[in-house]
Amino acid sequence: MPEPRVAIVGAGPAGLRAAQVLAEASLRPLLVDEGHRAGGQIYRRPPPGAERPAAALYGFEAGRAQALHDLADALAPRVDYRPGTTVWGIAPRDPDGFDLECLGPDGHGRIAADRLVLATGAMDRTLPFPGWTLPGVFTLGAAQIALKAQGMAIGRRVALVGAGPLLPLVAHQYAKAGATVVAVLDVTPLAAKVKAAPRLAAVPATLAKGVWYTMRGALRRQPVRSGVRAIAVEGAARVEALAFEDAAGRRHRVACDAVGASFGLRSEAQAADLAGCRFAFEPVTRQWQPERSGQGRSSLPHVYLAGDGSGIGGADVAELQGERTALTLLADLGRPRDPAREAHLDRRLARQAGFRAALEAAYPYPHHLVEGIADDEIVCRCEGITAGAIRRTATERDASEMNRLKALTRTGMGRCQGRVCGHAAAEILARTLDVPVETVGRLRGQAPIKPIPLREPA
Amino acid sequence: MSGLFHRLATRPGAAIPFTIDGMSAEARAGDLLIAAILLHRHSLRRFEFGSGERAGYCLMGACQDCWVTLADGRRLRACTTPVEPGMAVITGGGDA
Repeated sequence: MPEPRVAIVGAGPAGLRAAQVLAEASLRPLLVDEGHRAGGQIYRRPPPGAERPAAALYGFEAGRAQALHDLADALAPRVDYRPGTTVWGIAPRDPDGFDLECLGPDGHGRIAADRLVLATGAMDRTLPFPGWTLPGVFTLGAAQIALKAQGMAIGRRVALVGAGPLLPLVAHQYAKAGATVVAVLDVTPLAAKVKAAPRLAAVPATLAKGVWYTMRGALRRQPVRSGVRAIAVEGAARVEALAFEDAAGRRHRVACDAVGASFGLRSEAQAADLAGCRFAFEPVTRQWQPERSGQGRSSLPHVYLAGDGSGIGGADVAELQGERTALTLLADLGRPRDPAREAHLDRRLARQAGFRAALEAAYPYPHHLVEGIADDEIVCRCEGITAGAIRRTATERDASEMNRLKALTRTGMGRCQGRVCGHAAAEILARTLDVPVETVGRLRGQAPIKPIPLREPA
Repeated sequence: MSGLFHRLATRPGAAIPFTIDGMSAEARAGDLLIAAILLHRHSLRRFEFGSGERAGYCLMGACQDCWVTLADGRRLRACTTPVEPGMAVITGGGDA
């Protein structure tokens, strides 16, 4: 019997660790990477010619980043690596495999796979605020990528706004790289972090530890303001200033030419949706994600999940899940098992889950920002659909569910397919109807999940 | 017109000549198209369904805000495309 063909989608921390385990078992997995160099986004590698020392690029994450990049290089001869390749469609193939529709450096192609490991990662979660579509407003992840992949800052005077551990991390990395950071504004209350501090301080995860030390020391020159409200970017054609209200209710205005702002992370789960995975609502981070067992199984027999694409856990968790999930896949193929290694990973993952809970408690969902979204604010930035249009459609046209809202307003129908606006639109819709956010559902994934040139599939 | 992005680390590497709306500009080997443009300009394109301009948003190929048009008719997602010599970027079209 020929060896089964396993395709891993995504070459970040989860995908690379899964590839390592499968390569150790001589399976030669396909590793499909939308990026041009393996490493994913959090440990994004600069393109050839733009390399810089790891310490300058990743700060206190340099060791982890370097280890993962070394792994990617070591794996090269033992995996079928497909860089610069976007999976835009997944179709079931009889009797139980999958066809991956791909757009790569040589154009369109179809990859047949018997089993899938989906390690598609996450992107910044966004909420609309006045001025958020002006040139110069980026996500925190974008601010970080400009630095890591290009050695650039998003502006000459940068303000950073957030509601998650990425905020102090990016602030730390920008300050260390010599960028001018004029404000670091956390929209979640300080009290939540103080309460979570004892648990955070004990976290072995690099990111959380970094957050803790950063909060305490490294940002003394530019302290984080917590509990900030009423964020508004001002400017005619581009960012000129950031206005906000501090926790005591005082108004401030800081001159700047760029803003990095985002509010946690959202799982990139369209590929799992196309594969047919069942989704569940995750109440802490308030998002729908593909169901994943502790061992990495999805609701489908031949689809496996690892990393932030199926539950926000951060890079360290993603590495552990990638390894654990691949072991599960090997066991399902009837390969010899290593119970000690499985148990060790399960213990580490259980500990990480506790630490993640502390991190989520430190950065609760910023409800007040959703309440403050004005009717004339653009929510769907692809199509220019406003909060007011969503609210009117909800009440006047009986749009009680996200896909109906999409059909009636085009919210989430643009190029990004609701990646950016979907969560905010669901929160606005649910509040307008006065129902829990999970009852309005989620936008269904549709192929192509990324824009592709029309001539390609011909 | 000044740019948005700001290079923190100078690096060696070949200079890459390209143009933005017919004006000559220079990038470095290893620059992504979005970075090459935003070092010189504050936007990539006009917003096709309303007023204003857009300059990209996520830089990780997810938000699709940074599609740009080249004079030869190609449409490219600027955050996942390395800049190449001779690229002729048109920012005024608004229909990227």
